[in-house]
Amino acid sequence: MNLDRVNQIINGYGADRAVSLAVLQDIQREYNYLPREALELAAGRLDMPLGEIYRMATFFTAFSLQPKGEYVCKVCLGTACHVRGGARILEAVERELDIKAGQTTSDGKFSLEAVRCVGACALGPIVMVNEEPHAYMTPDKASKLIVQLAAGKVERVEAPPAPRSARAPIDLSSVPPAG
Amino acid sequence: MAERHRADLLISCLHGRYPELIPTLQEEIERRGLTGEVGVVEAGCRGLCAMGPVMLIKPGGLFYTNVQPADVPELVEETLIKGRAVERLAYKEPVTHQSVCYYEDIPFYSKQVRHVMHDCGMIDPQSIEEYIAVGGYQALSKALTTMTPKEIIEEVKKSGLRGRGGAGFSTGWKWEATRQSAGDVRYAIANGDEGDPGAFMNRSLMEGDPHAIIEGMVIGAYAIGNVRNAYIYVRDEYPLAVSNLNIALEQAREYGLLGEDILGTGFDLDIKVVRGAGAFVCGESSALMQSVEGKVGEPRPKHYHATERGLWGQPTALNNVETWANIPLIINKGAEWFASFGTENSKGTKTFCLAGQIQNTGLIEVPMGITLREVIYDIGGGIPGGRELKAVQTGGPSGGCIPASLLDLPVDYDSLVEAGSMMGSGGMIVMDDRTCMVDIARYFLEFLKEESCGKCSPCREGIRAMLEILTRITEGQGKMADLETLETLAKTVQTASLCGLGKSAPNPVISTLRHFRDEYVAHIEDKKCPAGVCKALIEYYIIEDKCLGCGLCRRKCPQGAISGEKKEVHVIDPALCIKCGICRDVCKFDAVGVR
Amino acid sequence: MPRLKSVEELQKLRTQLQKNIESRTETSTTITVGMGTCGIAAGAREVMQAILAELDKRDINAHVTTVGCIGMCHKEPLVDIRQGDEPRITYGNITPAMVSRLIEDHLANGQVVDEWVVGRVAG
Repeated sequence: MNLDRVNQIINGYGADRAVSLAVLQDIQREYNYLPREALELAAGRLDMPLGEIYRMATFFTAFSLQPKGEYVCKVCLGTACHVRGGARILEAVERELDIKAGQTTSDGKFSLEAVRCVGACALGPIVMVNEEPHAYMTPDKASKLIVQLAAGKVERVEAPPAPRSARAPIDLSSVPPAG
Repeated sequence: MAERHRADLLISCLHGRYPELIPTLQEEIERRGLTGEVGVVEAGCRGLCAMGPVMLIKPGGLFYTNVQPADVPELVEETLIKGRAVERLAYKEPVTHQSVCYYEDIPFYSKQVRHVMHDCGMIDPQSIEEYIAVGGYQALSKALTTMTPKEIIEEVKKSGLRGRGGAGFSTGWKWEATRQSAGDVRYAIANGDEGDPGAFMNRSLMEGDPHAIIEGMVIGAYAIGNVRNAYIYVRDEYPLAVSNLNIALEQAREYGLLGEDILGTGFDLDIKVVRGAGAFVCGESSALMQSVEGKVGEPRPKHYHATERGLWGQPTALNNVETWANIPLIINKGAEWFASFGTENSKGTKTFCLAGQIQNTGLIEVPMGITLREVIYDIGGGIPGGRELKAVQTGGPSGGCIPASLLDLPVDYDSLVEAGSMMGSGGMIVMDDRTCMVDIARYFLEFLKEESCGKCSPCREGIRAMLEILTRITEGQGKMADLETLETLAKTVQTASLCGLGKSAPNPVISTLRHFRDEYVAHIEDKKCPAGVCKALIEYYIIEDKCLGCGLCRRKCPQGAISGEKKEVHVIDPALCIKCGICRDVCKFDAVGVR
Repeated sequence: MPRLKSVEELQKLRTQLQKNIESRTETSTTITVGMGTCGIAAGAREVMQAILAELDKRDINAHVTTVGCIGMCHKEPLVDIRQGDEPRITYGNITPAMVSRLIEDHLANGQVVDEWVVGRVAG
């Protein structure tokens, strides 16, 4: 395993245990999980016992000790999504992928996570696929999304149809300019 | 460097969608020869997130919602060239369905008082020049050159500003206590670890107006004294907030508004962004500071307050990012101006995130003391589908549920506590009659069980025990005696837990038991979930006189539990049904019921 | 990027930068150019561009907006100037060459250019 990036990351912050959290975050981002070799290297360079690094890696939910799938699907279970049926979305995705939240499909394609609030409550229920939000989900739409991802083609999930009247523009010249 | 535009298009609430919208606009503007005349700015949150992307056109204040790339040619032609509004893009009043073309006329905005969020959505958050142009860093220069640290603290005390993160501690007193603690090194921290599910006020502020937070922190650091390093702790789930803050810090350093010898006054301060890593407990002050030190974010017993011994054992002022962003306003406009908004003991304005079963989901800012009714009906536009309001949940997992009967409750620190909830950081989740209150209590405890760090047993074991009982009740296995046990457990956890997470963890249980006891009883005695949520207690069925036999539910059912001939009433087999509710979602005739 | 060494330098910078966001700030002066089809055909776009350039040159704080047909097609291009509560003055048959005098007399010196006026509307 090539650990050059780990060294670069640590060099960027300086080898000080105060930056351990940031170092772990960058390793997670780089490799999509925290490989054991990387943790061992980081522990040595930051002069921390491996156990302590391991403790941080398992305390914070942003970290994973297992490799993640190509598509990381995060189903939001924040309060706003919960009252709009977020749990049903999660069940639908679990059914479609035949895995439970926290697991990765055997082909390594999908990881499924249940997360608490991605901060886009207005668009709930929401499913994040990697960094892309998919808004206003229903169990049915969520299943479709997974099928599309598996087939490698995702149609954009459009915003909900707002009732809009005819296209006629209204002439503002009859109105004195505002301002 | 100045570029005079006759019009600026301020685009907000993209939320990562439609990345092609802005390039499409710029191309069209160039194609129509409007380059240099019309500016396109990606600005921060305008609050009406559910209708995003939204566009505000200045001057004039035309406001478009749900703008899609396909709308661009018409929009440029009609509005930018001919000066006409494209009515179909205008905001639609949810109740009357009337189009409202101008920003100022939209009730959602006209009832709000936007102070902290004033520039959010008006300026490009990645441009310090725009922040300076709208008057940014004026408060900093006033504070550093014309006020003594004591005068600043007095002003903040006089303003009545209380912490915007939840507990509502007086900011001025906190600063004074930090200043009075002996120490050659002191620290200031901004808490942007917005962990409450259903709240995104801090995200919007950090993304949309990062300089306001920085300016407030520089002023605070100067007032507290001996602060040379300050930190902004941001949730890692907010990548745009992290990046906008880092850009803002870099720009402030380049302009000499941060770093050594700020504005030639001899005052030094540097600020760094520290990213959290997904732990709710890190919003708690001592856990947050542990995390900044590069340790596991577990709370410490509070024999000393952070103002005496905080970060690295030194006196530390820890405030929410929204609190810091209020400081420039107080310095610029004065404590009296600030205190003229709000109530006797809750001054100023507060941002809230309005979410859940509400028409206008989004971010709002209102004066303290406004009633819940005004927030939900006048600003929020009421409940979708004309349904009935059941409760409003405030304060996140540490807060409680306020029943619809208390709709005229003024929203301020003390009234919310009296009603069994709390201000919290400002999440406001609206629930209608389809929300089960027992399920909500269970939901929050499940959240808290996962987020409890496990260090002290009352919190770790108490939450687990309460959750077990609640789960039992939602599964129809509850006993009436459970309610008493819940109350006893709640008291124990409240009293004996180490930190704020545990102390407030029973609040969702206590408040739902207090206001919605009948729903608990219905689950236990009648084995019914009145809201139709708890799976073990409900059954989906086809309403015979509504079913036209279209067969859609039969095709969509993942279990093959629905049968029926075309154009004949269908039937759900309860033995096969997993109660996923898809049939009810897809039925166009409301022919699927829950009982 | 200049490092600011004093409060005065910050103020100076702010004054320079205010132009950037002028369209977003309040102003008492609004210049409206009729941009209906006939206005554009008569050269309203060029007139508007000339107005923008002139305002920039003279550092005058005003909003420039466009509207559809004002209704006096034979007098296009039409330019409205409104200052505070003063009556709205409508000028007709404006060409880019006339813009400089229009801005100088009306906005800089406060003198309405009577011979070009085609209408006044109170309020």
